[in-house]
Formats: sequence, C-alpha cells, structure tokens
Amino acid sequence: MFEQNYNFAFLDEASKREIRRATLKAIAIPGYQVPFASRELPIGRGWGTGGLQLTLSLVGKEDVLKVIDQGSDDSVNAVSIRRLVEDTTGIRTTESTEEASIIQTRHRTPDHPLRNDQIMVYQVPKPEPLRDVEPSETATARMHGEMDYSPMWLALYENIVKYGNMARGADYPVMINKRYLMAPSPIPRWDNPKFHYAGFLSLFGAGREKKIYAIPPFTHVESLHFDDYPFEIENFDGASCIDCGSANGFLQVIPAKGGTWIHRCSDTAFCLARRNASLKNAEVQA
Amino acid sequence: MAYVTVTGGQTAIQEAEKYVKYMRIGQAETILDLNAVQGQLRLLIDKVMSEGGLYAPDEAALALKQSEGDVMEAAFLLRAYRSTLPRTHVTSTIEPDDMRVIRRISSSFRELPGGQMLGPTVDYTHRLLRFSLRKESTSDVQEFLEQYLPNIAPAHTVTSMPKVVELLREQGMMEAKLADVDEEPFDITRERISYPAPRSARMQMLARGETGAMCALAYSSMRGYGIVHPTIGELRVGYVSMYVPHPFAPEDPDRALYIGEMLVTEVESINNFKQSNEGKPVMVLGYGLTIGQNELKAISMAILERSLDTVGTSPAQDEEFVLTHIDCVESSGFVSHLKMPHYVTFQSEIDRISQSQAHYDSKDKTSSIAKDAVTEGAMEHV
Repeated sequence: MFEQNYNFAFLDEASKREIRRATLKAIAIPGYQVPFASRELPIGRGWGTGGLQLTLSLVGKEDVLKVIDQGSDDSVNAVSIRRLVEDTTGIRTTESTEEASIIQTRHRTPDHPLRNDQIMVYQVPKPEPLRDVEPSETATARMHGEMDYSPMWLALYENIVKYGNMARGADYPVMINKRYLMAPSPIPRWDNPKFHYAGFLSLFGAGREKKIYAIPPFTHVESLHFDDYPFEIENFDGASCIDCGSANGFLQVIPAKGGTWIHRCSDTAFCLARRNASLKNAEVQA
Repeated sequence: MAYVTVTGGQTAIQEAEKYVKYMRIGQAETILDLNAVQGQLRLLIDKVMSEGGLYAPDEAALALKQSEGDVMEAAFLLRAYRSTLPRTHVTSTIEPDDMRVIRRISSSFRELPGGQMLGPTVDYTHRLLRFSLRKESTSDVQEFLEQYLPNIAPAHTVTSMPKVVELLREQGMMEAKLADVDEEPFDITRERISYPAPRSARMQMLARGETGAMCALAYSSMRGYGIVHPTIGELRVGYVSMYVPHPFAPEDPDRALYIGEMLVTEVESINNFKQSNEGKPVMVLGYGLTIGQNELKAISMAILERSLDTVGTSPAQDEEFVLTHIDCVESSGFVSHLKMPHYVTFQSEIDRISQSQAHYDSKDKTSSIAKDAVTEGAMEHV
C-alpha cells in the first residue's frame, strides 16, 4: 500500500484532464496518433504506462476495472497494474469481462464479445506502424500526412516474394476509416477483425513514445492485404483448449514432449467462464 | 462448485518483494544511513538528480538506498515521484555568470582573468586503490578537518568571474551571443517533443539525459562519426542562486524571492570556425549545463548540443536519433520490458514461421513464385 496520500488515480487533476483532451482529439480523428506529455509512473516505462495513463485519466469511483496481460488477469504485470489502480483509487476491479466498464489490456482483445458501453485500453509499445520501414519520426509524420503508405505495401509484398505470405505476426497493421494506417498494438492477428465496426471504444496509449490514438465505435477497420493474398488470422489446425475444449478463442501453445503441442485458451477469463458453465450444466443434469 | 482462477501472480510479486528486501538488508551488519549516502556518495546523488530531473538530495539518497545502488532505477524512482508533485512556482532564469564557483578550468588559455581553480577533482590524482580508506574513522575525519578548514581562504569560492568566451568575443573571434529570446521555453515534461525541436526543448532533453549514453555519443563524434571535437573554453562547477518572482510583483527582478542555491556544472566549449555557417568565419560555442557536479555529462552535452547543429549523416548529428535515445527512464524501461511475457506475440510468430517453412520446403529452387507474385500481386487500396 502507499505510504503517502496520493491524489485519486495518482496523477494530479490537471494532468488527467490533459490526457483526456488528447483522448478526445484521438477519438475525433480515428487512427491519428495524438502527441501528449506522457507522465512517468511508478511502473516501468515501456511496461504499460501509456495504457495506465489512459485508465487513470478515465476511471471514476463507479468504474470497474479489468486488467489483462497476454489474455491473463493473473499475469504478474496485470496484477501489478491492477494493484496500482486499486491502491490509488480504491475502485472495484474484476476478472470478469462482462463486469468491467474499462478493460486495460496488453496485447489481447477478450474472446468474450464486448458491449457498447465498455472501453478497451490497449498498451502500446510501438505506436508507429511505419517504424519498421522508416526509422525517423519526422519522415513518418509526413507520410501519414500525405497518406503515403507505399513502403509498407512494398514490405508486405517483399515478404510474399520471400516467404510466400505476409510474414507479419502480431501487431499487424490496419487501415482506420480508410485514412490512417495504425498499429493495433501487438495483439495477435486473431483479434484484428474484432475492431471492424465494433460497438465498443478502443483507446491506445503509448507512454514512452507519448502518443494516444483511438478507434471510435462503428469505424471501418481493415487489415492490410492484397487481392490474391488475403489477410489471415492464426491457424490452429482445428486444435482446442485442453481445459475447456474451446476452438473459438485464441489458443496459446505449450510445447510437450515428443515434438507435440498442448493448446490452452489465451483468454483465461473466457476459459474459466466456459468451464464454470459446463460444471453448472453437469450439476443441473445430475 | 466452480473453478477459481489461480492467483499465483499476486503471491509471486509479494514473495519477490520480500526476497529483494532480504537481499538488500538481510545480511547487513550496519544499516545504510541516508546521511552517509548523501554525504559520501555525492557524485552518485548528483547523477541521479540530474537524470531524474529533480533537485532533491534527500529523495535521491533514499532512491539509491531503495534501489540497492542501481543508478537508472534510482533516477526512475525520482522521476515517478516527480509526476506526483504539483508545480506551484517557476524560478527566474538563473545566471551562471554569477555562480559561486568552486572549480573553474579552461583548456584554451593558460592564464585568464580570474585564474584557473582546480577545486574538487580527481583529474590529477593517481587512480590507486587507497586501502587505508578501509579503516577510515570519524576521528580521522575530525583530525583532517582541524588541519584543513583553518587553512583554506575564506574566499575559496569566488563569485562573478568573467567568462572565457567573452574574452574571445571581445577579440571578434567568437560568434555573437544568441539574442535573448523573450518567449516561454518549451517544457518537455508538459508537451511531447517533435522534430525539429526548439532549442529550449533540445537543451532540456540533453540536461536530463543519461550520462553514459551521452558520453558514448559525444565520443563517437570526437572519434570520427561526426565533426565536433572542441576545446573547453571553460568548465565551472559552483552554486547558482535560485529565485522565484514575487507573487505581487512578478515583473520586478529586485523583489524576486531567494529560495536557495543549487550546485551545477557548466561547460562552454569552443569549436572550429569551419563550423560557422555563413558570413565571416568565427569560432562557435557549444554549451552544457547539468545539475550537480557531473563534468563528463556537461562536456558531452556541450559536444552534442554543438553536433546537433552541424549537418552530416553521423548518429551524433541526427537530432531525433540523439534526443530520443538518451533518456535513461525510457531506454531502460523499453529494454527491460522484454522480461515481460510475450506469449501472444511469440505464438503469432510461431504461426508465421510454420507457414514460411512450409513455403520454403515446397519451393522448387528455380521457383517461379517471385515472378508470379510480380504479375499477380495486384495491390488493393483499402
């Protein structure tokens, strides 16, 4: 617990308001990276301080927060972030996707469908989708301004020539509202389609890079692809979760002896809900 | 009955915190006294305050104790603490010309008005381990002070020495002083820097930069990846007075309120006239200023500040490259974030490698895939 009395949600009110103003601008210009004066927080810079600043600026006393890291509520970093918000706000937190009003996440969108009144807050390590093809911030700002995304198309094309596919794993670039190329943060490609005309608000915070951007509800979101090389989500070859049997969620693989794999749901809350539901069914039948 | 989630994360963190505490003090015979840290690890305190961007010797000592002496971690603790402090006042511009100097050297002139003053430095001390320090006692200190203090002149600090570069300006060899800019400086803690950055933002980034990173970049410029290799016109270490404008007479400098003094290191470097851009060739100034006594950083800052104004392709000449990579909280934060789980991204990578390997295996060595891709790869504009 904190030894001193910090302000509600750690940051001072003026800082929170500044972050909310940047957020409003981000919502008004879907996919555009809004610069903001990112504050240092008591967790590592590069460990979710962008998402955390969004969360801290948004939470009110009535909010219920869920924090996940790689799909898990119990991941040490999720625990650490949740504990910081609990300690500085006293608000209720949850592991249930349905109960949460704000969900801060590192690199997953829950597999349970979201409601329109829920807000997703994504932690972003590299907000600039063009950074892989252009190291300079000055140059990428110009490219966005001119909607010059040809180096990205070329990079994808070169991968097809070399590897037979787009060869991009997570953080697969998306075009927002047919205008801005955007890094969806390193979520698996599996989660990209969930953004398209989604009813919920998605906010993205990059603390170290000092950028906030957003996908407002009901926005056109398209993952980059060619006519003859469609966008593909991860393929699990029909595998299902060893715990809940689901083949409908993103799976994480666990190497097993003999060169085989075990599959388990990446979204632990989704998996738990399924297991509890089947237990309940079994009890009812018994 | 229902499944419950495993809550190992919380327990693991708590156990890790206990283990750290044990490593920090579990085998200590005497507990580290903060006065001792602050009084005897002076240069470390200065570095932490400078990189943390907060002049707070007490908190810097605490941060160092808490972080078991990890400088970057200590600077980070100060920076996070800084985020919680409301900004109530802004000091008036400090005047390093009126510094209460404890050390002042010039590599440009052997003799100069005001003289050279070695002050506290180990520059000319042989770097031999002094084994006698193992048994240093308070009575040794007492004895030393009794001999040392009466013999130092009351004016072992000097105020208001003329600047060396001013002498060169009088000779017409040095570029003219930048005109006083009467505008609100950029504030890197309140706005995101963009490039090209205003000079005030650039100087703030450098003043808060990490000593090691800045030293490496300055070194690269001197060695050949860049063109800046200056002569030190003047290096001063001393105390500058800090004032805040009087709330009822903010425009009147005479009524400004004295709030204390701060130790700083200031470097003015003199650079080759070939770096002057236009007109009559003149020598060009490089400037460095840092909290505390940190001469390596102040010199590095003077080199980088100058280097960023030169044109070329070396890293130390690229403003965006230098300024975005010298902040220790940001660089250490991002490098260390690799310790966090990356299961999802890695999973996504595994999926791609499987497909790419299959592609490789299936491909005939004289494959026409590349050609096919060229002819059929119609681009869809989304």
